[in-house]
Amino acid sequence: MNKGLSVKTIVAIGIGAAIYVILGRFASIPIAPNTYVETTYPFLALMAVIFGPIAGALIGFIGHALKDAISYGSVWWSWVLVSLFVGFFIGLIAKRVNIEAGVFATKQILLFNLIQASVQAVGWILVAPILDILIYAEPANKVFTQGVIAAISNIAMVGFLGTLLLVVYAKTRSQSNSLSKE
Amino acid sequence: MAVEMLTYIKKQSPVHELSGVTKLIIFLCWSTAAMLTYDTWVLLALLVISFVLFKISKIKVSEIRFVLLFILFFLLLNNIAIYLFSPQEGVKIYGTSHVIWDIAGRYNITLEQLFYHLNITLKYFVVIPAALLFVVTTNPSEFASSLNRIGIPYKIAYSVSLTLRYIPDIQREFRSIAQAQQARGSDLSKNEKLTKRIKNASVIIMPLIFSSLERIEVISNAMELRGFGKKKKRTWYRATPFRRGDYFTIVIGVILLIASLVVTFHDGSRFYNPFTLR
Repeated sequence: MNKGLSVKTIVAIGIGAAIYVILGRFASIPIAPNTYVETTYPFLALMAVIFGPIAGALIGFIGHALKDAISYGSVWWSWVLVSLFVGFFIGLIAKRVNIEAGVFATKQILLFNLIQASVQAVGWILVAPILDILIYAEPANKVFTQGVIAAISNIAMVGFLGTLLLVVYAKTRSQSNSLSKE
Repeated sequence: MAVEMLTYIKKQSPVHELSGVTKLIIFLCWSTAAMLTYDTWVLLALLVISFVLFKISKIKVSEIRFVLLFILFFLLLNNIAIYLFSPQEGVKIYGTSHVIWDIAGRYNITLEQLFYHLNITLKYFVVIPAALLFVVTTNPSEFASSLNRIGIPYKIAYSVSLTLRYIPDIQREFRSIAQAQQARGSDLSKNEKLTKRIKNASVIIMPLIFSSLERIEVISNAMELRGFGKKKKRTWYRATPFRRGDYFTIVIGVILLIASLVVTFHDGSRFYNPFTLR
């Protein structure tokens, strides 16, 4: 796996994780105590779609762990692992979106949102609470409620802001069918 | 906007002099032990040791007060949430019920529940000093070389070092974009409705992300030109050699981890149960 990492992916992981930290620290919108509308996940989804599953996974993991460490002084591992999970699977399946072709229209938007919603639903409603129970022995109904809230807000955010980011990004790529023979 | 972040605090102390690898290994042992155990005695012992380490490191509480307040607030909320959702969790875990105060229905206060909350809070207090010390006493550039030395591929270690290098830059850029957009009237504070705030956040995020994508191109071209990734290994500019103190600390750390696991699991349960012993 190490050999397959291009220099560009490595830099994307590094810079991506840095942006993740800054967005998580400064650009999250508090809606209730301990609950934020995160702007990090739309960004993570964008990076996963552009740079692939390994970049997505590592941006989620490094970014989230560092963000926790420098803002709370401790790392909440169960949710960090969910960021890794979300980045990896969005990146893995989103190869079919093929953003570099420069087309991100209704079909791709639907596909992307289907992927992100199902990956995040599994991540927040299943993986996060189960890890919370295993690692921290927290009460089940509390962590599942947190998981459902996180799932709803993050799926909505990625659906809105993530889609928007991808549409704008696709416009900066030259379309694969933009040349025509005369 | 001026939210403080934890960064490296340069000082002269035994903890600062340890190599980054040692601190990383200790930090990992420490958080594994704290994560797995629920044994009150183990937690108390770890807590005492971490206070001692804190004293040795010469870091003052005033230097990290803002984070501590933040964590205490978070802990309080978490405890309240646990109680609201599951006031009988302690009874479930410890198997007995000593009611000390009846409020209403299942919301009575039991000794078991209080003990469970004490343990959860202790668990946090054990991890916090260790993690804080690690962040505050490890030079960021040394951190990446430490990751490489404990077996993480150097390309990934290098991404981590890039992250640490670019956090301040991106923070500065984020601020200037945010101020420019605020000058143009986009409001992120509570005065706006939620949907409007999300929209306003996106006008800051968009330019930040797209300028950073360009930055990725520039940096990766520069690295490619310098032949990054052509060899199997690389050396690090900042890597402290191992001294006797490092070996000593690692041995103690591993012994502590094993001891805490043995004490925790010798009776087949993660929890120390003071209620059935009587």
